[in-house]
Amino acid sequence: MNQKGEANMLRVVACIDGSRAAPAVCDYAAWASRHMETPLMLLHVLDEERYPAEPDLAGSIGLGSREHLLDELADLDRQRSKLALEHGHHMLDEAEARVQKAGIAEVVKRQRHDNLTDSLLALEKETRLFVMGLHGESSSDRDIHIGSQLETVIRSVHRPILLVPDEFTQPKSAMLAFDGSETAFKGVEMVAASPVLKGMPLHLVMVGADTADRWEQLRKAEKMLAGLDVEITLAIRAGDVEPTLHAYQDEHDIDMLVMGAYGHSRIRQFLVGSTTTTMLKTAKKPLVILR
Amino acid sequence: MINALKQNWFSNIRGDLLAGIVVALALIPEAIAFSIIAGVDPKVGLYASFCIAVIIAFVGGRPGMISAATGAMALLMVTLVKEHGLQYLLAATLLTGVIQIAAGYLKLGGLMRFVSRSVVTGFVNALAILIFMAQLPELTNVTWHVYAMTAAGLGIIYLFPLVPVVGKLIPSPLVCIVGLTAVAMIVGLDIRTVGDMGELPDTLPIFLWPDVPLTLETLMIILPYSLGLAVVGLLESLMTATIVDDLTDTTSDRNRECKGQGIANIGSGLLGGMAGCAMIGQSIINVKSGGRTRLSTLTAGVFLLILVLVLDKWLVQIPMAALVAVMIMVSIGTFSWDSIRNLREHPLSTNIVMLVTVIVVVATHNLAFGVLAGVLLAALFFANKVGHYMLVTSELDEQTDTRRYTVVGQVFFSSSEKFLESFDFKEAVDNVVIDLSRAHFWDITAVGALDKAVIKFRREGADVEVIGLNEASATIVDRFGVHDKPEAVDQLMGGH
Repeated sequence: MNQKGEANMLRVVACIDGSRAAPAVCDYAAWASRHMETPLMLLHVLDEERYPAEPDLAGSIGLGSREHLLDELADLDRQRSKLALEHGHHMLDEAEARVQKAGIAEVVKRQRHDNLTDSLLALEKETRLFVMGLHGESSSDRDIHIGSQLETVIRSVHRPILLVPDEFTQPKSAMLAFDGSETAFKGVEMVAASPVLKGMPLHLVMVGADTADRWEQLRKAEKMLAGLDVEITLAIRAGDVEPTLHAYQDEHDIDMLVMGAYGHSRIRQFLVGSTTTTMLKTAKKPLVILR
Repeated sequence: MINALKQNWFSNIRGDLLAGIVVALALIPEAIAFSIIAGVDPKVGLYASFCIAVIIAFVGGRPGMISAATGAMALLMVTLVKEHGLQYLLAATLLTGVIQIAAGYLKLGGLMRFVSRSVVTGFVNALAILIFMAQLPELTNVTWHVYAMTAAGLGIIYLFPLVPVVGKLIPSPLVCIVGLTAVAMIVGLDIRTVGDMGELPDTLPIFLWPDVPLTLETLMIILPYSLGLAVVGLLESLMTATIVDDLTDTTSDRNRECKGQGIANIGSGLLGGMAGCAMIGQSIINVKSGGRTRLSTLTAGVFLLILVLVLDKWLVQIPMAALVAVMIMVSIGTFSWDSIRNLREHPLSTNIVMLVTVIVVVATHNLAFGVLAGVLLAALFFANKVGHYMLVTSELDEQTDTRRYTVVGQVFFSSSEKFLESFDFKEAVDNVVIDLSRAHFWDITAVGALDKAVIKFRREGADVEVIGLNEASATIVDRFGVHDKPEAVDQLMGGH
């Protein structure tokens, strides 16, 4: 792990695309990199579809049709990929300049051909945290924006993901949604072990009736988090999960919402269930998803 | 899930619909022609092409590949149809499907890795030759009109795409068929037409259980045919899948394709169609026309049936000469012309494998036999080549009167004789050391050869010591577990 070769070093991986969230992704990634003292990697994924522009409807095949067709299609793809690669280089260079301005000296840039989820899975082993925009490249008519792929990514990737809005604000406090289930305690454990929230005041919030049982669970969770050595606020609120959490967040001006995407708890339904898409769309503050 | 659906069906709608239509137009003459090869009514081939294309669109493992009634399969059915009739063909088609599904569950798709490139080339060439030969009956004992029509048809097919603008919009095989049919009808030529070859579909296909006795005897009649059909169908489908994979730079699920072919054939058999498989020529046309997803295959099948039902009055008028022209085009397009140019560059053993595959297929009219011959031959050539990767060196230590043999490389059935010959049994020494730590023993023939060497040395009065036998023979065990451990392979290749 402590080799200088850095091959085994864990990184913060920022997923850059052409969307308007890209600058914010850079800023948050730079912040996370500094905050966690983890080197930064800028990643651009080329998941261009490869379809011919002009179909040849002649419907005939002659001498060596197969070989010619292969050459032709390969050539088309090559031209397109070249352009996409170049475009990606520009985006990465821009992103690099931005994070360097934010004080990150050493940045690794990388491009991958593949769809987003598979690319992230391939990088998982060397990643401590993924940073992605909540909204993707919506200018394109083809369905390749990160926004639309978020759900699949969240379900498949086994590393924490920081989902960020279009504007950057320095995160100062965080909130952990908690439902007292066994899997929720696992989430608390993950928070306790993860460096993402290091040194940040933390709110532990349950949604439901105010009972002694719940308080006990909260206290137990608080104890697990004692190692973080931060100010912990406990709260129980009644109401529907989503609006209640958002209201609490507004009320206390909390910058980051922390979730564990775990089990089939209510919070999982709230997050990864059918409400995900609307939830992700309505989120105005960064979200940390722990795995 | 929704993403996958989108990706597999609706990511290229315009291209897929257009390509599907182009393919459907080319499928009709082929389905009719292949029915005629098999000796059944054209409707059997047309129903089969519809059913197979539609079903495989949903259950196949290779999006964008076209499956329908094919020549390779039709050629295998000829004697069954001749001796037992259509109902036995339908029963055989069902059984073919069952065998193919079983092959899919047994993951036999992976066996394709034993089919070398030369065998694939031989298969493709043999298929092209068979399709061409199947056209010859239409071209023998006929008037000059037929030759003229066929030549004109080929001229249209290859020259029409050169016409600016329209040439790239209207499929030239369609122009050929429409043009020749019009000429034949206007001039009133007395030449053979599709209508002379048997019944055409007049309704949607209907569900039919084959009218055969469910006895062991029936099974014994259809089983050999079904086995051949299943093997050939899977071979051609998996080979075509590889071609489409290369063309589109994507991957396919082979075992799903095997099961899919099985389901499609069962569907075809139950709706009165013959067995089929993936088509190399049509799949290339589909990709060339811009088809990429399952939607293109589905469009081809559905559009084919619509055309056939709407146009049945006109289909009977199509002169056979027009179909022959289209089939000659398919045969020319399927043949791998590069393989002839490559004959000079490729090693002799590769060429022999390719040519033997072609010759066996053309002689037996069964692609399965050709592939079997090709695979066996390729394996023999390989064993022979690897057998050369063995070297025995020796040195004599005069002080102790010890001869030390060092064996390096692969010892197995093909090289064991050479292994034995490398020892000098007549040399009179006190001690013999055989160092195997850099050798690999692959089978019991190799072990037997070693035993023989040891005994021979003992008979000459030498003390024999064998070093490193355990490591060398680690490879004898079937499935010795190195495939998933890079360091184990490394160790093996590095000589332990």
